[in-house]
Amino acid sequence: MALAAAKQEATATRLEALSLPEGATWAKAARQDALGRVRAMGLPTRRDEYWKYTNPATLVQAEAPAACLFDADESPIFGQIDRLRIVFVDGVFDAYASDDLALAGVTIERLAEAGATDIHWARDIYGAFEARGQTPVARPFAALNTAFASDGLLIRASGKAAMPVSVEYLHRSETSDAILHHVIRVEEGAELTLLENGPAAARFNKVMEVDVADGASFHHVRAQGRDHERRAATHVFARLGAESTFKSFTLTVNGVLTRNEVVVELTGDNAVAHVAGAAVGDGDFHHDDTVFVTHDAVACESRQVFKKVLRNGATGVFQGKILVKKDAQKTDGYQISQSLMLDDNAQFLAKPELEIYADDVACSHGSTSGAIDEDALFYLRSRGVPEGQAQDLLVLAFLAEAIDEIDDPAISADILSRLDGWLQRHHS
Amino acid sequence: MTALDKVDVKEGVDQDTVDAVKSLSGKYKYGWETDIEMEYAPKGVTPDIVRLISSKNGEPDWMAEWRLGAFERWTKMDEPTWAMVNYPQIDYQDQYYYARPKSMEIKPKSLDEVDPKLLATYEKLGIPLQEQMILAGVEGAETAPAEGRRVAVDAVFDSVSLGTTFQAELKKAGVIFCSISEAIREHPDLVRKYLGTVVPASDNFFATLNSAVFSDGSFVYVPPGVRCPMELSTYFRINAENTGQFERTLIIADKGSYVSYLEGCTAPKRDTTQLHAAVVEIVVLEDAEVKYSTVQNWYPGDEDGKGGIYNFVTKRADCREARAKVMWTQVETGSAVTWKYPSCILRGDESQGEFYSIAITNNYQQADTGTKMVHLGKNTKSRIVSKGISAGRAQNTYRGLVSMHPKATNSRNYTQCDSLLIGGDCGAHTVPYIEVKNNSSRVEHEATTSKVDDDQLFYCRQRGMDEEEAVALVVNGFCKDVLQALPMEFAMEAQQLVAISLEGSVG
Repeated sequence: MALAAAKQEATATRLEALSLPEGATWAKAARQDALGRVRAMGLPTRRDEYWKYTNPATLVQAEAPAACLFDADESPIFGQIDRLRIVFVDGVFDAYASDDLALAGVTIERLAEAGATDIHWARDIYGAFEARGQTPVARPFAALNTAFASDGLLIRASGKAAMPVSVEYLHRSETSDAILHHVIRVEEGAELTLLENGPAAARFNKVMEVDVADGASFHHVRAQGRDHERRAATHVFARLGAESTFKSFTLTVNGVLTRNEVVVELTGDNAVAHVAGAAVGDGDFHHDDTVFVTHDAVACESRQVFKKVLRNGATGVFQGKILVKKDAQKTDGYQISQSLMLDDNAQFLAKPELEIYADDVACSHGSTSGAIDEDALFYLRSRGVPEGQAQDLLVLAFLAEAIDEIDDPAISADILSRLDGWLQRHHS
Repeated sequence: MTALDKVDVKEGVDQDTVDAVKSLSGKYKYGWETDIEMEYAPKGVTPDIVRLISSKNGEPDWMAEWRLGAFERWTKMDEPTWAMVNYPQIDYQDQYYYARPKSMEIKPKSLDEVDPKLLATYEKLGIPLQEQMILAGVEGAETAPAEGRRVAVDAVFDSVSLGTTFQAELKKAGVIFCSISEAIREHPDLVRKYLGTVVPASDNFFATLNSAVFSDGSFVYVPPGVRCPMELSTYFRINAENTGQFERTLIIADKGSYVSYLEGCTAPKRDTTQLHAAVVEIVVLEDAEVKYSTVQNWYPGDEDGKGGIYNFVTKRADCREARAKVMWTQVETGSAVTWKYPSCILRGDESQGEFYSIAITNNYQQADTGTKMVHLGKNTKSRIVSKGISAGRAQNTYRGLVSMHPKATNSRNYTQCDSLLIGGDCGAHTVPYIEVKNNSSRVEHEATTSKVDDDQLFYCRQRGMDEEEAVALVVNGFCKDVLQALPMEFAMEAQQLVAISLEGSVG
């Protein structure tokens, strides 16, 4: 079907402002293909069903809307964790601030360099997972990313990584428009933890393609930065082999617009995928979690746990789907999306979907929305807990199911301290 | 026999349920056809056809204009494609939009004058059009109290209403129950005031087509403070081949009134598909209550997916004033393709909407059905319970919207959707939309059998039931309750469904 004229025009305007990076034959080919996909799909508008609840206009427009810099008064997250630190400033690799890219059990390269090498392991993944993730639902910003990302990390874990790889995204320019594309392969039986944090840029487009081989394990924890005016469209495309584990948790505090898409395909038997998120927003905050989990193998387990605390005009969106293919028997699928609205001006928009073609499966989904439980509040207050503190306790209890998805206690403690900080700053 | 015999049913699925689904799909009981001389309008839909339908019904000019306006709009609309249903493109110009038995050319003064062949049709369907007490073949009817057995019936055959029973008695109570064509002639003020106010002529592709070409349907007006003395029902029968049925129903429950309305429908077995695009509008005023029950049993097509009715229906109730209440109950077993979302606009403060649905699909049937609960008023409540069962190669989708507007403070919604698959070639899908724009409202959507209301569970357990028993009682008992509460007219179909349990549901 031909694209609507307005859509075609908006897409053309955006594409004109960008230029394809140079690279080896495979990288060039992948970028050309992706450009073709963007042209065919067009960039989204509010009229697209998949963007019904989130207005993509500021992600589409050629210039990134300015976002003023924000000086966080907190110590950097994950600072106390033993990790290999890699820094990008407004989407540009910062060699001075980064550690040496050497870690036992892991090879780390940059797309900007490795993308010029003709024979490279990443060639089978770069853009390929993203392309697969375009059906049944189009994700044009991901294709745009594949076409125009000139840098990112290519991480290959062949054993148990000695420590987490931690990527920090700093925001130093008010008008920065960053595009990064990471490719990660966790080899058979290998283990890797990836940490990400920071606001990244005024506008950030990030794609991460993750190949988790048989028996491998990948943990991902990210904290999206506190800058109020930043915008982000991120995608994770993961493919899981047999007996493998994929766990991803995202904390989002502030941000005028965040759209996090996670696309997981369980292709090997007995694989486990958990995707979780906690988002807290006060005021001009629009947070959208869009998750698509496909079960294409026997006896896999998937969990989607998303919690949002909203107040003062903040909007939370959840679009989650569990697709169980015909032969994916014994699937165990779970999905919960909940919002806690701290005042009358917040809104929660959700579309928790199931599509099931196998008869011997258990899939459940739940979605709730409401205010703080007055009875629980009363109970705490009657025990002498001051109102503000009682409310904080209930908020943290509400978020607990999502935070519990983080396996490492040191990391979850760090995440909790951020939430505590938010609550302190945002008392009514 | 049906393909279900060969299916391995997963452990935990109740055998009675499988048997019940099997018995439904075994043989379509209503697939015969009445051999009768018919009169058709020329094939296709054009402004002339719209005018012809209007003039056949002896309508005033404003009605013809309204229809033509809708037709004009329809020509500019696209058929919706978002539902999870697939069917070959429909040629809207290759079918009849008006078919009437020849004997109905001059409208009979009473049912006694109606062609006996037509009366026999309804007799055979188990819906005798006499004001008699016993309902043929309904188990238990003999012992039911006389009061509970009386049902007024409006019988719609292809494009026309044959007549309406118990009209005189209803009139005594002040209730108007007649065909919509009669209402347009006899009660134009009421029709003009309410028609198209719940489902506007521009609402959607199928509703707009209906607005242009609807030929008949039922009209109900219950005056203030009146509790309708009997159940009202409409029985729709498609008989003519290659003919679409477009009926329009308008129900108005004035302040403080109550009415229970039932709808049934069947069609002959044919190799070609047929279109049915109905609109039902319900207006509920202050303190009034409407119960609307449907057993949808259109011909579903054969085991290879040949033939069947395409059922594209728009049903909506507007709880326009405070404390208005509406309850939709639907049992969907027929049709090749179902596209149907009976909805509630909860405009009045403290108004309530309920939706109970059991949708069973088998062979190549496809159903995309659900509800919309739009909360606009304060302290409004809604409840959705949907059970979908899919067997054979069928696809069954629940699609729904719960919307809490900023002003709908202190409102509540509870939604429970369960799906069951029988066999490995079918599909069950859930597509709920939840939009909450204030924080004093509570919205809960669940699709698990284990998440039963804790208080109910506690109550059962306190009475000595073990947990499993208690869950079964609360979840399945609910389904059975709805079915058993269905009016007598539908008891025969419903009794078979009572065995259904959602144990072993997939989500």
